[in-house]
Amino acid sequence: MTLALSGKDIAKQIEKKFPGCVAESAAESLLVEAQSLLEVAAYLKNTPGLDFDYLTAVSGVDYLECFEVIYQLTSLEHNHSLVLKARCYNRENPTLPSVVGLWRTADFQEREIYDLFGISFTGHPNLKRIFLWEGFEGHPLRKDFL
Amino acid sequence: MAMQWLPPDWPGNFWAHWAVFTVIIVAFILVMFLAFTWFERRALAIMQARLGPNRAGPFGLLQPVADGLKVLLKEDIVPAKGDKLVHWLAPVVAFVPAMLIFAVIPFQGGALLADLNIGILYIVAISSVTTVGIFMAGWASNNKYSTLGAMRQIASVVSYEIPVVLSVVGVVLLAGSLSLQQIVAAQDIPFILLQPLGFLLFFIGALAEINRTPFDLTEADSELVAGFNIEYSGIKWGLFFLAEYAEALAISAIVTTVFLGGWRGPLLPDWLWFLVKVGIIFFVIVWIRTTIPRVRIDQLMALAWKFLFPLALLNLLITAVEILVWPEVSLWVFVPVNIAIAIVLIVLWSKFFKLGWGKVEV
Amino acid sequence: MATTAKTKEVVINTEPFVVNFGPAHPSTHGVFRMRITLDGEVVVDMEPVFGYLHRGIEKLAEERTYTQVIPLTDRLDYLASMSNNLAYCLAVEKLAGIAVPERVEYIRVIMAELQRIASHLIAVGSFVQDCGAFMTPYVYMLRERERILDLFEMVSGQRLTYNYMRVGGVSQDVPDEFIPALAKFLKEMPGWINEYDRLLKDNEILLARAKGVGILPRDLAIDIAASGPVLRGSGVKWDIRKADPYSIYDRFEFDIPTGTVGDCYDRYRVRVEEMRQSLRILKQAMKGLPRGEVRSEVPHLIRPPAGEAYGHIEAPKGDLGFYLVSDGSIAPYRFHVRAPTLINLTVLADMMRGWKIADAIVIFGSIDICMGEVDR
Repeated sequence: MTLALSGKDIAKQIEKKFPGCVAESAAESLLVEAQSLLEVAAYLKNTPGLDFDYLTAVSGVDYLECFEVIYQLTSLEHNHSLVLKARCYNRENPTLPSVVGLWRTADFQEREIYDLFGISFTGHPNLKRIFLWEGFEGHPLRKDFL
Repeated sequence: MAMQWLPPDWPGNFWAHWAVFTVIIVAFILVMFLAFTWFERRALAIMQARLGPNRAGPFGLLQPVADGLKVLLKEDIVPAKGDKLVHWLAPVVAFVPAMLIFAVIPFQGGALLADLNIGILYIVAISSVTTVGIFMAGWASNNKYSTLGAMRQIASVVSYEIPVVLSVVGVVLLAGSLSLQQIVAAQDIPFILLQPLGFLLFFIGALAEINRTPFDLTEADSELVAGFNIEYSGIKWGLFFLAEYAEALAISAIVTTVFLGGWRGPLLPDWLWFLVKVGIIFFVIVWIRTTIPRVRIDQLMALAWKFLFPLALLNLLITAVEILVWPEVSLWVFVPVNIAIAIVLIVLWSKFFKLGWGKVEV
Repeated sequence: MATTAKTKEVVINTEPFVVNFGPAHPSTHGVFRMRITLDGEVVVDMEPVFGYLHRGIEKLAEERTYTQVIPLTDRLDYLASMSNNLAYCLAVEKLAGIAVPERVEYIRVIMAELQRIASHLIAVGSFVQDCGAFMTPYVYMLRERERILDLFEMVSGQRLTYNYMRVGGVSQDVPDEFIPALAKFLKEMPGWINEYDRLLKDNEILLARAKGVGILPRDLAIDIAASGPVLRGSGVKWDIRKADPYSIYDRFEFDIPTGTVGDCYDRYRVRVEEMRQSLRILKQAMKGLPRGEVRSEVPHLIRPPAGEAYGHIEAPKGDLGFYLVSDGSIAPYRFHVRAPTLINLTVLADMMRGWKIADAIVIFGSIDICMGEVDR
């Protein structure tokens, strides 16, 4: 059975290493500040004992006051999982760092979030629209689109 | 006993003979084309656990007629940027040589349009002209897929000419003449028994020349969407289709004449034996199509150059040695000897042979 | 007079050209477009273009109640509708904390495994068709798939998009003639799989076309979060049914076939062996099917408490997951599909580089995509 690691325990570990980057931690998920997303993600991937080498899914949600991107992380070796979240509050031009350098699977998934929500991922090698055509105006999955 | 070509003693002599046989050949090709398309579709379907066309006429026998009508009535589309003259000529150049091959095939003892004393050489030469037609089609369509298909076709035909020709030379050595009449007359034992390796090499090489599975990558449906004849519609496409079946018919006829004993056989009339043997070879061609997947272009060429060509050379060498060293021995002795040699060579060679190269560094 | 004629260096200028394997093509399994840069016959680069089947399912789901979303999930991977339904219902049940009766669990497992066999039959058939075997194995496999579709028609009335599972159960119980028909199918199917193996497994041309072609190394497979037969073909023994068992999969005994090298042939073998393992699970499930209810008590309009849940299953094509966010109302606030085939396609360009066009088609066919899921 995949053990869903508690956000609170991991938060304690991360706070020791990178103080001040955990915004919120709950039993099921862990919210980090946008600017420290890359460091925390690298730490989670490379630390022996955590070894989150498999990024299962990247999803985006539009809560009207902010955008949230959720990373479902899994470790194949230890068979445990963690939910990592990051928020961006800028409505006109939201940006987040891209995790393509760590997990190549984020390539198409981040493009999809860019296409449908408008969140730009800095450091992404090919940030183009993926489902809608070039020249489409707007980002459909935002709550204020239709 | 030299059987040279004599004009028959008919009224009108040469010209009447020529006219009658032209009509017979054209009628033969067209009727057998209809029969073959019907037969292929039914046989393919039944081997695939489905029914095949059975609506147009009893057992779907009028299906080819329906198809022909449909093809004739379709709009003729020419690509705007293509080379129009070449586009128009290509089907003709592809089809006519297939028809010309039948000029030298004996339907019955002495019944052929022209008993050329270079019969086999003529066949080999003429059958290569079809490739020019196919390349013209690929080029004039101004379409990348067509050009790719045409290139593949040229590569494969050029590669397979050599094993095909070499395997036929073995037969020529045994018969002592290039003329097809002579070859049939010399087959007291059908040459398939005396030249089993030659038969296999010729058959496989011929399949590659006429673009049938497993070598149909020129018109691979799943890759190139019909390859060189993408931009063809209407009767021009119909001519290509006709050319493909006419070539299959020609190959069946050549194999029958050269390896199976042509029109010779007990009991039944000669022309019926000819038809039966042609039918059997065509059935084997359809059977192979149903069963085997398709090879890739580099695997195709590897098969031709590394597998068939050396075997063809060895076959020729062995046949020549047999004829030179033991001219008085009865031919029946060579039947088991040749079959054994063929099996040993094929098994040994396939141990050394690898199909295809693999990944290229980009 | 012998002259030393210096032959001019003839340099033939070649340059790579771009071919469009456009949306309408017999082999691109749906509306998928590839822009392939070719140098002769060798693939130099490939750029995939998606979006031809984008229907906005994720946005549509935000306007529909949780039960109304189920027919939308049917149309994601339309060749494996039962699996999509199952994953979605599991996610909603996780979100709302609903438990399902025993009989429902067994029925769901039976449907999911039958669906796995049906989907793999098409995957293997079209893979061999792409290698050029002209329809014959494909038609035989379609004939077996017809029997499975008959079984599905018995329970749901549909042959393709079943809309069978519901939150808290299934829409209706299996009819009486289902179990005898299933038993008959289970008796005959192993023989058919053996027949396909006799024709295809050691077929020299299939080996030449597929062995060593399109290798996906193990580390790259994990890096791109591949799942399903693509991941297992590369040698990673990861199957959600064993690693994170959902429903009642921990009660059944079955193996997880893996490949060694990660080439097209391995992926093909993994799919065939998975069909055999599914037959094993089906036998066990059919034997253990209890009596009971087929729906638990859920209200007509489900209002899960505010929160989020991620439910995933081992669908035939990979790890299918649904991420649901609820705000307490009758419709999901966010409905996100983790599409296995979109993620498996991430590295298609790397797998194709250096191979020829014919191999590009074979590699693409071995990943087994369904555009309904890629584009949503």
